[in-house]
Amino acid sequence: MSTQIKLDPMTPVPFAVAKRVQELADTFTIELAPTSTDGFVFQPGQFNMLYAFGVGEVPISISGDPSDPSKLVHTVRNVGAVTDALSKLKKGEQLGVRGPFGSAWPVVEAEGNDVVIVAGGIGLAPLRPAIEHVLANRSKYGRFVVLYGARSPADVLYMKQLQMWRGRLDTYVDVTVDHAGRDWAGNVGVVTRLIGRANFDVHHAKVFICGPELMMRFTIKELSDLGVAKDDIYVSMERNMKCAIGHCGHCQFGGHFICKDGPVFPYARIENLMQVRGL
Amino acid sequence: MVKVEGLDKLLAEHPFFKGMDETSRKTLAGCARNERFNEGDYIAHEGKPAERFYFVRSGTVALEFHVQGQDGLVIETLHDGDVFGWSWMVPPYEWAYDIRAVTLTRVISLEATCLRKKLKKDNALGFELYSRFVPVMAKRLYSARQQLTDMYGKS
Repeated sequence: MSTQIKLDPMTPVPFAVAKRVQELADTFTIELAPTSTDGFVFQPGQFNMLYAFGVGEVPISISGDPSDPSKLVHTVRNVGAVTDALSKLKKGEQLGVRGPFGSAWPVVEAEGNDVVIVAGGIGLAPLRPAIEHVLANRSKYGRFVVLYGARSPADVLYMKQLQMWRGRLDTYVDVTVDHAGRDWAGNVGVVTRLIGRANFDVHHAKVFICGPELMMRFTIKELSDLGVAKDDIYVSMERNMKCAIGHCGHCQFGGHFICKDGPVFPYARIENLMQVRGL
Repeated sequence: MVKVEGLDKLLAEHPFFKGMDETSRKTLAGCARNERFNEGDYIAHEGKPAERFYFVRSGTVALEFHVQGQDGLVIETLHDGDVFGWSWMVPPYEWAYDIRAVTLTRVISLEATCLRKKLKKDNALGFELYSRFVPVMAKRLYSARQQLTDMYGKS
């Protein structure tokens, strides 16, 4: 009999912190231990609502390996009261989890194509499960490209993992930062400058983008200039999500709810909305 | 004696010269030199005369601002197929940055004085060359403005 957790979407379930890693000065990863034997099953790109008891809830993408449900992993940037409370949790302490919610990166639909990941800043976290999936099923895909941009070398997320992926002979990884000192041996410049050098088949590629909306817009323009079809581009959107099930309306984006219809959207579906100022 | 024929072929392989007619390319090749820089070599220094400009065949170079008492601040890296050094076009013809080879870098360089003389005599070639430079400059300006947004900062 399955013991997989069936969460009530509105009721947080207590999870204990099994491990905490400080990734960057303002960014940390917490690993939560599911209490069921089947673990926590999710699709790459989905998110959970994490509840710091007595403080509040925040939507955080799941950033672990989808093939390993024994660990529920979240990478969090400390930007407010709730994430600050989460950052102070020590091993063994508890938080509440609701989820998983939302749409996923189309990793199965992408089979047979080149897959291009373009991430900026903490946007690499929601893409890591998709990267893990492609790597675990590498023979089903063509050229695999991971492009990542960050503010400075000190802001590069998952540095060791990027190096490990780059060390594989079947994956092209390129990293750039906006500015650096002389001790940085990598690229300096915007992430869009990496796209033209990645040498993927623009007519047979699926591109997954996650980062600040400005970065995603620049990236989409570069991809379009190269000839990548809009239907082959997917983006992960971010808005102020509260209920996570499309009832409260906080995350409404035109006719869509980011929590329910997203966060991952085919670009063609939201192209017009991304051009609307102030939305 | 400069082997113009060989340099012409190298120029033809660089994306900057894609589609340029052979006559124009051979004229430019008369001012060209095939060069190699080892990792760590400085190709140019801020404030020094900009006597050449460069087409990267392979390798990586860093554009750096010199910071007094500190290591240079890298503001951009350029790679295979890129162009750098248009200070030769803009008076007072001085380098705006330090340029350092990050890896072993192979370039073709064009000598500025030689080039200016040829372009004065051949306005069509001048127009052709400037028409190719402007999109490169526009793209780099666009990239620099993207960097200015500090888009990965906390929002």
